[in-house]
Amino acid sequence: MEQTSQASMPVIDVRNLTKDYRLGEIMVPALRGIDLQIFPGEMVAIMGPSGSGKSTLMNMIGCLDSPTSGEYYLDSLLVSDLKDDELAIVRNQKIGFVFQNYNLLPRIDALENVTLPIRYSNNTANMRQRAEAALQSVGLGDRIHHKPNQLSGGQQQRVAIARALVNEPAILLADEPTGNLDSQSGKEVMDLLLNLNQQQNTTIVLVTHDPTVAAQAKRIVQLFDGLIKTPEAVS
Amino acid sequence: MKIWQALKEAIASLSANRTRSFLTVLGIVIGVGAVIGVLSLGQGAEASIIGQIESIGTNVIYVFRGNTLEDVTNPNSLTTADADALANRTRAPHILNISPVLSGQSSVRFGDESTQTSIMGVAENYAEVTGIELSEGSFFTESNVTNRSSVVVLGPKLAERLTGRQTELVGTTVHINNYPFRVVGVTKAKGGNQFSSPDMDAYIPITAMQLRVKRQTIPNAVDFLLIQAQDSQSIDDAMQEAKSILRTSHRLSSRQPDDFTMTNQQDVLSIANSITSILTIFLAGIAGISLLVGGIGIMNIMLVSVTERTREIGLRKALGARKFDIQLQFLTESTLLSVFGGLIGVGFGWLLGEIVGAIAANSGTPLVPQISLNSVLLATLFSLAVGIFFGWYPALRAANLEPVEALRYE
Ligand SMILES: Nc1ncnc2c1ncn2[C@@H]1O[C@H](COP(=O)(O)OP(=O)(O)OP(=O)(O)O)[C@@H](O)[C@H]1O
Ligand SMILES: [Mg+2]
Repeated sequence: MEQTSQASMPVIDVRNLTKDYRLGEIMVPALRGIDLQIFPGEMVAIMGPSGSGKSTLMNMIGCLDSPTSGEYYLDSLLVSDLKDDELAIVRNQKIGFVFQNYNLLPRIDALENVTLPIRYSNNTANMRQRAEAALQSVGLGDRIHHKPNQLSGGQQQRVAIARALVNEPAILLADEPTGNLDSQSGKEVMDLLLNLNQQQNTTIVLVTHDPTVAAQAKRIVQLFDGLIKTPEAVS
Repeated sequence: MKIWQALKEAIASLSANRTRSFLTVLGIVIGVGAVIGVLSLGQGAEASIIGQIESIGTNVIYVFRGNTLEDVTNPNSLTTADADALANRTRAPHILNISPVLSGQSSVRFGDESTQTSIMGVAENYAEVTGIELSEGSFFTESNVTNRSSVVVLGPKLAERLTGRQTELVGTTVHINNYPFRVVGVTKAKGGNQFSSPDMDAYIPITAMQLRVKRQTIPNAVDFLLIQAQDSQSIDDAMQEAKSILRTSHRLSSRQPDDFTMTNQQDVLSIANSITSILTIFLAGIAGISLLVGGIGIMNIMLVSVTERTREIGLRKALGARKFDIQLQFLTESTLLSVFGGLIGVGFGWLLGEIVGAIAANSGTPLVPQISLNSVLLATLFSLAVGIFFGWYPALRAANLEPVEALRYE
């Protein structure tokens, strides 16, 4: 872990975060007190067995869900204070989310999909050029008018990454981005993420079950049963 | 997100589901079509009724016996003597013509053909007062009236019914109430419906009517008087003059109320107007209910659509869509559906009006449907309102979805 990034302010600062799901009468604790700081330019892999709370944590960090208790500062902003529309702006401006199942809209082509976050922002200037540039940066400059069903899984996931990057967010969150891909496409997607982190210094948090994928990250966070087991750095 | 962008997306999403969109729109098409059809027929009917009334002449005053507003015991009958008293240039300078009318049902026979119809006993200037024109011959004259001549003017339908023709009838003889009458003229067709049409009437001198067809206890009593004013501006003056003359000839003291009632064509017009308007509004209201049913259809489909697209909504929220953006998206879709349906409905309603109008014309009732810009605007605005009203709840439901729940939805 570099001293330089430790010295700056964390972009993600999670303190004693808990999340309970209500299942009928009983409460299911999905997160039971998470403390986690992630600094600008870091690439962190979250690992852990199925049901340990990885997706739950990612959704909290991505402002898609609200915690039961605890605090979450994103870029020094206390997220629990924000109203619905302010959260929408945070999701639009500060966060890029990549899903396991790509989540592209099937009716519209790659370019339109990548344009969506720009449409929901205040700055719609040069919309098309910016979306094209994002697609170019993930190596799909020649596929901009393909519909999702005319693209391979790996290509769809790269479109999703372009969409996540197009508003230049502070953090890129990826929940099992290679989970649905064969090893070759998975490797391409991972190379892309690593490249982004190293060249553009993009902060990346990704969830993975694959140790070789996790090993490419600078830090691994292990989750067990809603708690972080070894929050220290791996070399 | 800008409105035009929302429109573009809505069009794309609706055309992705063409069959469903079409079926949903159908409810609105039928609703708006029914409203437009009813309104156009109502306005057509109004125009045709007003046209018929106006063809009698707008400066005509009717005088009836009795008073509906005040209690009058034993009102005097209106008589031909009253009509003579009114024909007084100095006391009534604004009155142009007077015709007493005494009508009744009687048999009319020509050779072996005979029918029952209404016989109008009138004065020679009745044709001028009511705007009747002749297709052959001429109306009977003042001397025919004084001499109680047995002459008759036939309506064209009556002539057709009796003789099988409408021409070359002058000089022939028909029997009315078994008395022979010489035909002196045939009137031009005026229209009307199968229940009442001046084209089925026969006109004879009122004196002949009193003598041969309708004998009465008071020999010179008539049903009503028709007064023609000089022009439509002098109607009020003419009514005042007629009133004072009739009061004198009926020997009414100043404390006694009128024992007759006067109405003019304007009053009849406005009554006819309000009756057709009320009917039209009533029918359009009923038709409007089907528009509500169409609206419920839209609401139903929008709810289905929101459920189907839960993941899409979740994704859009994850990408930064605000509640307003989602709401706008779905409201645009529902409004587009209903306005589109409304526009097709206007065309459908026009067609409906034309068809009913053609059927009516075929059965002898002239009815030209009229579509006014107002009713088109009203229908369009109404369908816009239906789209917003019935789209509101589904759109709100979409906007209020929790992003994480929506994304997890299978
Ligand atoms: N909506 C929900 N309602 C009830 N319980 C839930 C809900 N979402 C998650 N949970 C529970 O919370 C716990 C954590 O779930 P989560 O999805 O975060 O696990 P995960 O680590 O992402 O697992 P996986 O590797 O299989 O994706 C699980 O026990 C799960 O059953
Ligand atoms: Mg998960």
